Amino acid sequence: MNKRSSWALPYFIFLLLFVALPLVLIIIYAFQDGSGHFTFSNITKFFTDGDALGTFALSIEVAIENTLLCFAIGYPAAYILADNKLNRSAVTVVLFILPMWINALMRTLATAELFNMAGIPLGKGTLLFGMCYDYLPFMIYPIYNVLKKMDKSYAEAAQDLGATPSQVFLKVTLPLSMPGVWSGVLMVFMPTVSTFAISEFLTNNKIKLFGTIIQENINNSMWNYGAALSLFMLLIIGVTTLLQGDDHAEQASGGII
Amino acid sequence: MTKKDVIIDIRHLSKSFDGVKVLNDINLYVRKGEFVTFLGPSGCGKTTMLRLIAGFLAPDEGTIELEGKDISGIPPYKRPLNTVFQRYALFPHLDVYDNIAFGLNLQKVPQDEIEKRVKKVLKLVSMSDYEDRDVESLSGGQQQRVAIARALVNQPRVLLLDEPLAALDLKMRKDMQIELKEMHRKLGITFIYVTHDQEEALTLSDTIVVMNEGKIQQIGTPIDIYNEPVNAFVADFIGESNILKGRMMRDRRVAFIKHEFDCVDEGFGEDVPVDVVVRPEDIYFTTDPAKCQFKATVNSCTFKGVHYEMWVDTDTGYELMIQDYDPYPVGSEVMLYIDPDDIQVMKKERTANNYAAKVTGEGKVEFLDTEFACDTTGFETGDEVTATIRFEKVDLLDHEEDADLTGNVVVILYMGDHYHLTVKTEAGENIWVDTNDIWDKGDFVGIKILPEDIKLSKRAAGNE
Repeated sequence: MNKRSSWALPYFIFLLLFVALPLVLIIIYAFQDGSGHFTFSNITKFFTDGDALGTFALSIEVAIENTLLCFAIGYPAAYILADNKLNRSAVTVVLFILPMWINALMRTLATAELFNMAGIPLGKGTLLFGMCYDYLPFMIYPIYNVLKKMDKSYAEAAQDLGATPSQVFLKVTLPLSMPGVWSGVLMVFMPTVSTFAISEFLTNNKIKLFGTIIQENINNSMWNYGAALSLFMLLIIGVTTLLQGDDHAEQASGGII
Repeated sequence: MTKKDVIIDIRHLSKSFDGVKVLNDINLYVRKGEFVTFLGPSGCGKTTMLRLIAGFLAPDEGTIELEGKDISGIPPYKRPLNTVFQRYALFPHLDVYDNIAFGLNLQKVPQDEIEKRVKKVLKLVSMSDYEDRDVESLSGGQQQRVAIARALVNQPRVLLLDEPLAALDLKMRKDMQIELKEMHRKLGITFIYVTHDQEEALTLSDTIVVMNEGKIQQIGTPIDIYNEPVNAFVADFIGESNILKGRMMRDRRVAFIKHEFDCVDEGFGEDVPVDVVVRPEDIYFTTDPAKCQFKATVNSCTFKGVHYEMWVDTDTGYELMIQDYDPYPVGSEVMLYIDPDDIQVMKKERTANNYAAKVTGEGKVEFLDTEFACDTTGFETGDEVTATIRFEKVDLLDHEEDADLTGNVVVILYMGDHYHLTVKTEAGENIWVDTNDIWDKGDFVGIKILPEDIKLSKRAAGNE
């Protein structure tokens, strides 16, 4: 180990203690019963537990809906922000990112209070609203980044070759911004699958998501079943990441303010 | 020329960006099948002109006619023109075939015809086996070929090329120049080409349009432009040249470097200051005293491949550049002559700096956004006057403490025994300076003008 790489040692230790070790523990717990013996019962329990499976399906459904909603609102927003003619100020971009400076729990609680004040009953609609509100910046920012960096001459070349403005968008701008879209989809989809606080506050626990079940199990000291459920969710997230592909992530990188 | 031959007709075209005039009243026509090049230094407006023709910009004033129809209001996708972009702008999400077929697909051309035309155009640019390649895996030269193919496959009325070879290395550039010329000959399509490379322009063009500061300086064939530049800017920009101050004595007789020469120019008047251009290859050595027009001493001699480049000091104290196939030793006395045909006499654009000025008080005058002290005898406060300063009376300083104002050196011309500089002030005005000091292009300078060197005169109405 040379001198320079020894600087990474503190981070390496941190990684070991707070990332690698908990992961190993989750795996060990998931395959143990209450008294510490090896078992597959936690896994089989999940596949025979109608409630858990239903919640799991609902979580995926809500996550997909939320992702689509964020995309539908986020893409036009990013497009407008990245266009020099439509948006002449960098301040507008900051305004879109600004809500993220406030803790998500506080924002969610405040949103719930607003619904209560307005007399709107809490349910799936309010849940989607809250989720979209929380995760929209994660969709906007990567798309904005890609659009902002895109060479204007691509759109000009398309126009030059006879593409109308809508054809320019569909055949050039949209395909070229897909890395940003994938990055945004991932950054919205993954946390939505595992969220539990938003559903708790914005539906008064009427709608339970997968994250809620894990939390309940662990709160009730059912560590082994909770770990198995967690493992299952990790797999889902892992698969989504793989689907997206590494090359896309690299192009779309660009942090959130 | 008949009206039918003209494919593009540009009239009174002007364009400004943020209040700065980039193009100023451009008038130009392009004939069908011509290879026209817009040539000029960066910022001269040549790319803006191309973008106006392509339709990416709308003109502030003036019209652009294509085959007799005004196209200035038509969006780019409806114009039968295609562009080759400087950085190619090939679509990275499509392969070579789909890039080239992009325009044809939009026109809903049948697939089998698209395939035929793409194959044909790929053959034309010698890229036949590259159809399925990812465009990002291609070299710069190959990308350039695909970009040309993508434009040509649509059979445009005019092909616009925006410095297409600028990103290639020298060898590749030379090869592509020959291929472009060949393509132009074969296809018969009108080419409008933009470049800052004078050699490229001379090699490729049927007609060169030399531009500077948003104005056309000269339009002509490469030979015309090279042999008969209309002003010092064109002479300096195209090829090597000796640019000298001269005086037209009478028709066919001009004086410069303190000698008199026969020339072929007429109509300047008698005893009129002019600029004279002599190309370095047009000054000849002789051993015959009867032919000798002036003597000089060789002070440097450098081998340049085909020829030798020599700097000589004339017996009257001027420095001239000479190119010849035979070297003459440094220090040797030589006898020289110039053919009357090879002396290009140009009207002087200006003989002194003239500015619209205003008398702001006793002994004070304002011009170039600066107040200067000077003799205001005979003028009242508030008078609108013209301030005249001779070129050699402007002092340039390398610091701003004692300076009246500051600016940047933008053009340097060597005039045989002094430098003629154009200095752009912060406000964007030009000051012309004659100096013996050596400055570099881009230098930040302080400008100082002494009170006794500012001459005021009444301003004629409507005159700046």
